[in-house]
Amino acid sequence: MEPSVIITDLHKSYGDQIALSGVSLSVPHGCLYGLIGADGAGKSTLLRICTTLVAPDKGSVTVLGLDVIKKYQEIRTMIGYMPQKFSLYQDLSVRENMQFFADLFGVKQQEREERMKRLLEFSRLAPFQDRRARNLSGGMKQKLALSCTLIHTPKVLFLDEPTTGVDPVSRREFWTILDELKKGGITIMVSTPYMDEAHLCDELLFLHHGKAVRQGKPDTLLNAYPYPLYRITSETATLTVAQNSPVPQGAVLMYPEGGGVHVAMKTEMSDRDVMSLVKPLIPRAERVERCKPKIEDLFVLLLSEGKEN
Amino acid sequence: MNYSIETSDLTKTFGSYTAVDHITVGVRKGEIFGFLGANGAGKTTAIRMLCGLLSPTSGSGHVAGFDIMKQTAKIRSRIGYMSQKFSLYPDLTVINNLKLFGQLYGLSKKDLHGRIDEMSEFLGIKDLFARVTGALPWGWQQRLSLACANLHSPEILFLDEPTGSVDPLSRRNFWDLIQNLSALGTTIFVTTHHMDEAEYCHRISIMIAGKIAAIDSPQQLKRQNNCNTLLDAFLKIVEGGQS
Repeated sequence: MEPSVIITDLHKSYGDQIALSGVSLSVPHGCLYGLIGADGAGKSTLLRICTTLVAPDKGSVTVLGLDVIKKYQEIRTMIGYMPQKFSLYQDLSVRENMQFFADLFGVKQQEREERMKRLLEFSRLAPFQDRRARNLSGGMKQKLALSCTLIHTPKVLFLDEPTTGVDPVSRREFWTILDELKKGGITIMVSTPYMDEAHLCDELLFLHHGKAVRQGKPDTLLNAYPYPLYRITSETATLTVAQNSPVPQGAVLMYPEGGGVHVAMKTEMSDRDVMSLVKPLIPRAERVERCKPKIEDLFVLLLSEGKEN
Repeated sequence: MNYSIETSDLTKTFGSYTAVDHITVGVRKGEIFGFLGANGAGKTTAIRMLCGLLSPTSGSGHVAGFDIMKQTAKIRSRIGYMSQKFSLYPDLTVINNLKLFGQLYGLSKKDLHGRIDEMSEFLGIKDLFARVTGALPWGWQQRLSLACANLHSPEILFLDEPTGSVDPLSRRNFWDLIQNLSALGTTIFVTTHHMDEAEYCHRISIMIAGKIAAIDSPQQLKRQNNCNTLLDAFLKIVEGGQS
């Protein structure tokens, strides 16, 4: 089956502000594809171009084999898009909001009841269907927005930071729902600022200043992490290092992470040797262990490298 | 013990709904305290009471030594508030934002200049005075917000989801500054859904349905719940508390 989204050498600027610069990617059918990057990295612009809302300056983008410029009307009926600030009608109930979006997308009356029932069940919002949107919690609002995005049974979903500001429990539930959608054959492109969510994607694209700095499967990306990484911890205290702190001899990078400190060394070393190098800089260090890098570690490395260049 | 924030059985009800249910906490001077919980657990209601914006139904509390029932104006002059959502004026230059916020906090002209100097030195934003705020990269805007919230030398700084979708380096930079402020004696009271931010806290509390379900250091919470990460510990506590 052909990829759901194909992007080739995409460029987009707003005035002299470069939003995207030479991005190429391909999203296989049924893939959960993650976009990660900071504010201003180009994630939203990329999603807006894929959803036919913004035209590219240069390069080609196809969604389900259709060109985003020439076939935008067809594309719009087949995709779902949840922008960062999704407009729910606060005065309308959960059910009324869904009906409104069903009207907008021309969902036929006879199909509507069945579909709404399924979505309410699936989003676990059925018990709250008569509650007004304004009285929903942050996590529930995002699930309602997702349900509205799904009302016309799109084949590809584009979600722009759907879990920003959502608590960890609701975030996990939201990602379980995404996984169910994926198993149902829907292709999903989703951006996120949470690195733990990046681990749940099949493929990832790191965007930085409009450029794709890395892309691939999370495991492949992490296996290519070039340095041995060590985690320094203390049983009793949160360890930290100041941003301008010198790095120990033989180290590439040192930064606080998850209550401890991570040190990337140029070469493999014994835990003991690492400790003797680190101890003068972090007097409270108690334990060293070789650790596997996570997406967060990779991101820190990529940004630090970018800084020096 | 010298507490910046102290509450005893603090409670707020809206009709038959109890949003905050007998909360008792003490936050030490200079402590970085993480106030966590799921959406809808009652965090915002509790913070509004601590900032003197909402009157408690029962219980008592002191913030910066002032009674949250009676001395709310005094409390507001002793606290700073900063949020990702809280807006600087993007059309103003950096120096004009600083002046505006200083005047809003009631600093005299003389004090204002001294404090602007001090804060911009501390946060390294001196070279940016003439720049238009909205055109600055996120990290610098955040520093400016921090400077604005700190001009009146508040004893307590409330950080309400201070970073949103920010890259890992900027986030670390920001927390570096917060730790420096705490070392200088400012009490930091922070809400966040990012568990990596919660790791910087000396202690955190986790709120479930209006009550504080757990309160301890991040290390202890991880150890007690047999979890490697604070995210796992949080999920375990909240899910255990709801069932």
